[in-house]
Amino acid sequence: MTKPVLEVRGLSKRFGALVVSDGIDLSLRAGEIHAVIGPNGAGKTTLIAEICGGLAPDAGSVHLNGRDVTGLPIRARAKMGLARTFQISALAMEDTVLQNALLGALGAAGRPWRFFRPVLSDRSLRVVAEAALDRVGLSHKAAARTAELSHGERRQLEVAVALTLTPTAFVMDEPMAGLGTEGGARMTALLGTLKHEAPILLVEHDMDAVFALADRISVLAGGRVIASGPPDAIRADAAVREAYLGDEA
Amino acid sequence: MTRESFVNLALLTALVAVPLWAWVAGEPFTITLATRAVIFALAAVGLNLALGLGGMVSFGHAVFFGLGGYSMGILAHHAQNFLPLYDGLIVIEGTKSMPVIWLVAIVVSALAALLIGLLSLRTSGVYFIMITLAFGQMFYYFAISWRAYGGEDGLSIWVRNDFPGLNTLAPIQFYGLCFALLLAALWLSARIARSSFGLVLNAARQVPGRVETVGLDGQRAKLVAFVISGAITGLAGALFADLNRFVSPTMFSWHMSGELIVFIILGGAARLFGPVAGAVLFVAMEHVLGDLWDHWHILLGALLLVIVLFARGGLIGLLAGKARNHD
Ligand SMILES: Nc1ncnc2c1ncn2[C@@H]1O[C@H](COP(=O)(O)OP(=O)(O)OP(=O)(O)O)[C@@H](O)[C@H]1O
Ligand SMILES: [Mg+2]
Repeated sequence: MTKPVLEVRGLSKRFGALVVSDGIDLSLRAGEIHAVIGPNGAGKTTLIAEICGGLAPDAGSVHLNGRDVTGLPIRARAKMGLARTFQISALAMEDTVLQNALLGALGAAGRPWRFFRPVLSDRSLRVVAEAALDRVGLSHKAAARTAELSHGERRQLEVAVALTLTPTAFVMDEPMAGLGTEGGARMTALLGTLKHEAPILLVEHDMDAVFALADRISVLAGGRVIASGPPDAIRADAAVREAYLGDEA
Repeated sequence: MTRESFVNLALLTALVAVPLWAWVAGEPFTITLATRAVIFALAAVGLNLALGLGGMVSFGHAVFFGLGGYSMGILAHHAQNFLPLYDGLIVIEGTKSMPVIWLVAIVVSALAALLIGLLSLRTSGVYFIMITLAFGQMFYYFAISWRAYGGEDGLSIWVRNDFPGLNTLAPIQFYGLCFALLLAALWLSARIARSSFGLVLNAARQVPGRVETVGLDGQRAKLVAFVISGAITGLAGALFADLNRFVSPTMFSWHMSGELIVFIILGGAARLFGPVAGAVLFVAMEHVLGDLWDHWHILLGALLLVIVLFARGGLIGLLAGKARNHD
């Protein structure tokens, strides 16, 4: 078996009396989509924050490409190619769509300390930013103000910014949230192609998308992984049905 | 040409035409008023880099204004009294040379901004406002107690400082100098706003979390912006002291910090020319209304209220319409 790109070992975190991560073990291998599902408040976003560096776990470790990154700040993990998308879009609303993508390209290129040259005239950055917008189908909106985008387009832009980082792993927090049937289908198709560039840890509530995309699924409830395995096994798991899936599956 | 650049150009034209007219018509007081407006504009252009672009509401920019003022005051004081500034292993003399004074003002303000920024940027929001205000008060009281340089009474400089090739005592020539520096600062701000650094700063203001997740250091960008901002406001302080041939602790007072913020809000935050429009409007109101009524600040307050409630884009916003993205 190939070495995992991203690995989480014994991750634990509590907020006061509330246990949000309870000894979580998880891995993400090259070429796969590993979905993490679970009811509201299960600790999915918290897990992502611990993986990406926004939140320090009480115990356990996070490994990226075999390297322990548990103590590293968000910035350092991003530079190592960990690309996160947010559950609630985190975009510069006053800026244009292209500028948002350029910010990612700038981070990837690692040269923010340029004070005079217009960033828009930097060819190499533009190429990266425009290619990312093209991938998610937002090229035609490049010059629009981000505040003017529809909800679905903002989700696409989130993914585009992640793409500009040429990631080694994606960590996505509900990229389908609030997308209609059509938008959801388009996003599903996009993620299906992205996983060949970098594996995706996909937190998602949309079960159609999850079962269409995931190579493996882990179910989180009360901060614990209560089941993990291929989609068919998860669908059949009684405990999962009780905790989460209900009649949906 | 966009409507905003048209408005900007009109403003610049007025800032050239009015003093020239005053010069021809022999109205030196009008030139002095214009100089005051231009210097305030320069100080506010500095502040706007921190406030408008970086989202750092500094209520302590009078520190840099005052440091610039005292840089001029102390250097010129020693020069006019033929007392060396420092008499030890080496002797450092005072100076009456504007370029040297400006350089000192810029370096001193930048260093102070670095220190204040390092400490203040650990906080944000209302705490940032309060901590910068506290720094302002510290400098204010320090200046009051600094007897060697006049304490509460401040320092008078007998003759305006020199600039190579110019007669700085001629109001129109000193005005030209200040106006040129304002143009330079505007040019610098415009470049910065469109640069890579500006993009980071802009995003750090709007979505700090995003900046970190793409591997960039938003806090450091803010610190650098704060330093540049302080340096520009410091330069304006040196000019202001030269205009009045006088420095006093009031340059450090929180009223001054507040006025700089008022200029930006009046003119339009995050607009390149907002601080210029605001400073010009303020000086005009101060002159016209101040002559009629001692309590003209009440009207200023009412105007601010109207702008904050109904016209967030300030004067530039009213004249030029919605902000367009720089591209
Ligand atoms: N900073 C915090 N302090 C205290 N409690 C927190 C904090 N952040 C999250 N929580 C709590 O931790 C639990 C897990 O939250 P989390 O956001 O990780 O859930 P989630 O699985 O992402 O839910 P959703 O599906 O609604 O996005 C929730 O009960 C939440 O209220
Ligand atoms: Mg969540």
